[in-house]
This record gives sequence, C-alpha cells and structure tokens, in this order.
Amino acid sequence: MPEIHLSQLQFEPEPVPQNGNCHLETVSSEAAQVREYLLSRGNSAIADRGFRWLMVLCALSIFGIVVLIATELVVRSKLAWGQFGLDFFYRAYTDTFTHKPMYWDPVNGHFSALPFLYGTLVSSFLALLLAVPLAIGVAVFLTEMCPRALRAPLAFITELLAAIPSVIYGLWAVFVLVPLLREHLNPWLIKGFGWTGFFGDDNPTGLGFLAAGIILAIMILPIISSLTREVMTAVPRSQREAVLALGATRWEMIRVGVLRNARIGIVGAIILGLGRALGETMAVAMVIGNNPQIQRSLLANGSTMSAVIANEFAEASSDLHLSALMELGLALFIVTIIVNAFARMLVWMVTRGTPSSVH
Amino acid sequence: MRTEHTFRAKIRALTDGAATGLAVLATVLVVAPLVAIFVYLVYRGAVSLNWAFFTRNPVPVGESGGGMANSIVGSAILLGVGSLIGIPIGIAGGVFLAEFGRGTKLANAIRFTADVLNGVPSIVMGIAVYSLVVVPQGHFSAFSGGVALGIMMIPTVCRTTEEMLLMVPNAVREAALALGVPNWRSVLAITVRTASAGIITGCMLAFARVAGETAPLIFTAFGNVGWSEKLSEPIAALPMQIWVYATSPYDEWHRLAWAGALVLIVLIVLAVSLVRYVTSRGVLKGAS
Repeated sequence: MPEIHLSQLQFEPEPVPQNGNCHLETVSSEAAQVREYLLSRGNSAIADRGFRWLMVLCALSIFGIVVLIATELVVRSKLAWGQFGLDFFYRAYTDTFTHKPMYWDPVNGHFSALPFLYGTLVSSFLALLLAVPLAIGVAVFLTEMCPRALRAPLAFITELLAAIPSVIYGLWAVFVLVPLLREHLNPWLIKGFGWTGFFGDDNPTGLGFLAAGIILAIMILPIISSLTREVMTAVPRSQREAVLALGATRWEMIRVGVLRNARIGIVGAIILGLGRALGETMAVAMVIGNNPQIQRSLLANGSTMSAVIANEFAEASSDLHLSALMELGLALFIVTIIVNAFARMLVWMVTRGTPSSVH
Repeated sequence: MRTEHTFRAKIRALTDGAATGLAVLATVLVVAPLVAIFVYLVYRGAVSLNWAFFTRNPVPVGESGGGMANSIVGSAILLGVGSLIGIPIGIAGGVFLAEFGRGTKLANAIRFTADVLNGVPSIVMGIAVYSLVVVPQGHFSAFSGGVALGIMMIPTVCRTTEEMLLMVPNAVREAALALGVPNWRSVLAITVRTASAGIITGCMLAFARVAGETAPLIFTAFGNVGWSEKLSEPIAALPMQIWVYATSPYDEWHRLAWAGALVLIVLIVLAVSLVRYVTSRGVLKGAS
C-alpha cells in the first residue's frame, strides 16, 4: 500500500472571485458612461463639487492628523535629541560615587531609554509567548471544531474581552492577579526554577514583568484570535475538502489544509497583537512596579515606555525631562506605525478578495 | 507492513485527539479569565454600588460615602465633544472612500493611514494632543480631552462607514441619479440613509472603545475632584478616576473604583451587545 505523506503536498491558494459589487472596474463601460452622463447633467454642479471637496477635505484630515502628531512629537523632543542624540537609546550613565549604571535620573538630568525599551520588549514578548498558542487554539476550535450552537456565544465572549477597557484589566490585575502571583505562583516558580536566574526572590510584591506579561496576554488574545479566525475562514473550502478526500484526519486537515495556507495572515495577526502590546499603557503601568532598571529576573519590577509617560508626564520636573518623555513617545509612535503597517500588509495579502467583516 | 500501517493510523488518531483536546483547553483557558473578571467585577461592584455613587461628588479621604457624580458627568461631556468631532469627520471620510475615491491611489493611502492611526497607542495620542491643544491654551481642559477622544474615534467610524456603504448596491445609486437627484443629495439621502443602521453601529463601536480610554485623558482632561461642566476647565472622567482610586492605598477609594468599573463595563457591554444585535439582524434591511 503506497504511503501518503500529507506534509509533502503543496497547495496554492486558488484565486478568490472578486466581490463584483465593490469595484467600479467590473461595471461595464456602458453603465459607467450612463452614470457619467447622469452625474454631469444635474443643474447642481456647484453643490456637487462643494460636497465632493468637503468629503475629500475630511478624508485628508486623517492624513493631517497623523502628520500633526508626528511633527508635534518631533518638535517637542528636539531638546532631548540635541542633548543625548542616539545615545538616548542604548547608553547608560555610570554614577560617579557608586559606579553603578544610572538610567533615568530626572534630578541630575540624565535620561536613557534603555530600561524602558527593555521593559516594553520583555513584557510584550512574554505576552506573545502566552497569548499566541492560546489564540490559535481558540481560532482553530471556533472555525473547525466548534458545534454550531456554541460558535456565536464564544465569538461574542472573545469580542467582549476586546471591549473591556485597559483600566479595568488593571484594576482586576491589582486586586486579583497580583495577590495570586504573590501568594502562589511566584513562590512556586522561585522554588522550581530559581536556579535559571529568571525568577529571583528579591521582590515580594507580586508586581513586575510577569504580572504585566500575563495581563497583556489576556488583553491581546482577542485581537490575535479574531484576526486568525478571519484569515482561516478566508481559506477556500475546497482546500479542506481536498485534504479530507486524501484520507486525512481532522487535525491533519487543519494543519495542512488550513494553517499552512493561512500562515502569512496568522503571522500578521500576531504582529498586530505585538503592536497592541507595545503601546498598552494603563494596565501595565498599574502592575509592572514602575522602577527603571534592567534585571534578568522576570519577577523584578520594571517599567515600560508607555508606563513611564503615563506616570511622569504630568509632573515632569524640567523641560529636558518633558522632552525625554516626548522622545519616548515618538519612538513608540514610529515603532507601532512600522509594526502595524507590516502586519496590515500581511493580513491584507491573505484576506483580500474576500468580503471583510466589521469589527 | 500491515501492523506498521495500523500503528501509524493509531498514532494519527491519537494526534488528532490530542490536537482537539488542546484546542478545547485553549478555549477554556481564554474563557476562564473573562468569566473570572466579570464575576469578580459584578460581585465587588454590586456590593459597592449605591445611590450616592450617582448623586454625590467625591469626599476627602477618611470620610466615608461620597460618589462619582462629577466623573460620570465629566465622561458624558468628554464623550459628547469627542463624538461631535470624530463622528462627522469619520463619516465624511468613509463617504469619500466609498463614493468618490473607489480604487484611486488617494483612497488607498487614506484607508491605510486610517488603519495606522487606529494602531497608534492612546498614550501617544494623549501627549500629542497635550502639545497641540493644552500647551497653546495654557491649561488642561475638557475640550482638549474631547479632541483626543474625537481623533481616536475617526479611524473606526471612517472604516465602518466605508464598509457599510460598499454594501449598498449600485442600482440604488443609479436609480436616484436617473430620477435627476443631484449627486450630493443622492449620497446623503439615499446611499448613507440606506446604510444608516450599519453606520450608527460603527459610531457606537467607536464610542464604546473610547469610553474606557484613560491614557489620552491624563494630560488633557487631567481630572478634577470637584464638579465641573465647563469646556475650558479640567474635568473628571470615569476611567481616569478608576485609575486614581485603584492605585490609592484607601479601602474606601477601592470600593468606589470597583463601583465605577461596574458602571463603565455595563455601559460598554450594552453598547457592544446592541451593535451585535443590529448587525446580526441584517445591516441593510430593505436595501436589496
């Protein structure tokens, strides 16, 4: 009996028919001409033109807003940029008395983004590590396995998760998650894995990178899983049927027929989740401990770029301090734009051609 | 050969079962925290909520009682200003994308920019509006907070409006034009009207999203312990007050934070459920 190696089969996604309603190109040229004629015939050419320009203006204002945000951030962060240049992002200052690295010292006017970059990256990647397997699991369950009756309520619940405000996640984390970590999970981690150096026992508060990572994971789960679902449903049915017809089990069908075809879109969804995690502010600021230092231990207090802005901006002690915070904001702005643009492109590559859903 | 084959089949069946189990486990792990958050929130909030919460202003530390009436009014004012800015611009942008700019480079660029704007962290929006409005004005104000919220509403409103308008059949537009209706009237009275349920849905979605925003308000609306309804003065907001109370060391304030969180989440869940109800009933009733 010949062996069938499913994993060696390659599938090219078949072209998906365009939604004819949405594209002018598909309207026949005759109809377009009639439309053109009808549009030009009206005796309200001035009103039409005015209306059109008003709409264009409003649409262009979206451009304007992004440009304004960018220029304001650049202008206001000039002071810090002039003072520190690129050093801001990778260099620390050595304290002359204690010979320890100093990162963020508003009193003496030393500012370095290093601990905040570190905190943002560690908490975001921790969140991805926890959220991605779960999100993909949920998406697989909802699209391929779930009984029809359960699908709508479960999708609604994940939607609700996305609608809960950041500050309420923070509130819950402060009063439920952090005590839970402090009393149960952290001692266990320190006992079992303390030797790796990632779980130091010098922070008894329960706050820190791990708490921030967990709450971020809960917050980015819905976006990753709903986008993964979207790209998975965009995979044509014939792909699934073809793999099933070869005698594959359901999991093999999902792996070969669905996940493999949707992988680019799934990566896009994950990156979009990363973009969300990088900029998330309130919940993180409430549980990360707000201490600008770099420590290997995941249980140590830290801070992130967005958290330090939220905590210090209103009472910045000097112009330089304000400017340094602005520069952190600018860095966050640029990074999230790049991450989002990249992710949107990936998702768009997979879902184009299928009607998009509103969310 | 035969035994090897059955062995492989068994392995495959086992893998299939394991994968199914893992997917179910993942779903349970995702649903569990949500249920935990909701149950705990409703429990703590219901215990803390009373009539004074809606009718009284905060009292100084040490006194018991007091409420968040000023924050509720403040949130309403901020959201009102935000909607006045965000909804018209958002809808107009969506009308442009769907009616005038279809397939053009400009429309693609604007659509992309709207998506990018949607991804900009709210805290960055906060400091940008701070330097755009608060610094020239010279003081924190409710107006600047409303501007920040309004800007954050634009991309969501714009994109949903576009998607809803795209669902309106071309025949409807052509019928209007054939009757000699000017284009601007056909867009406003026919196309937008047909898609109005969907567009309202998009606005409510944007509204619910910014209703819980804290980060953009810290440096714009700033917060206010007393009653204020002036646009030119700092104003309190529900999510911001929850943040202040949650990070305080006082039990009485924690109680108020939970009550505020319950009120906020009930508002948001209502909005999201309404949206879901409307969209599931068919957005374009009577259009096709």
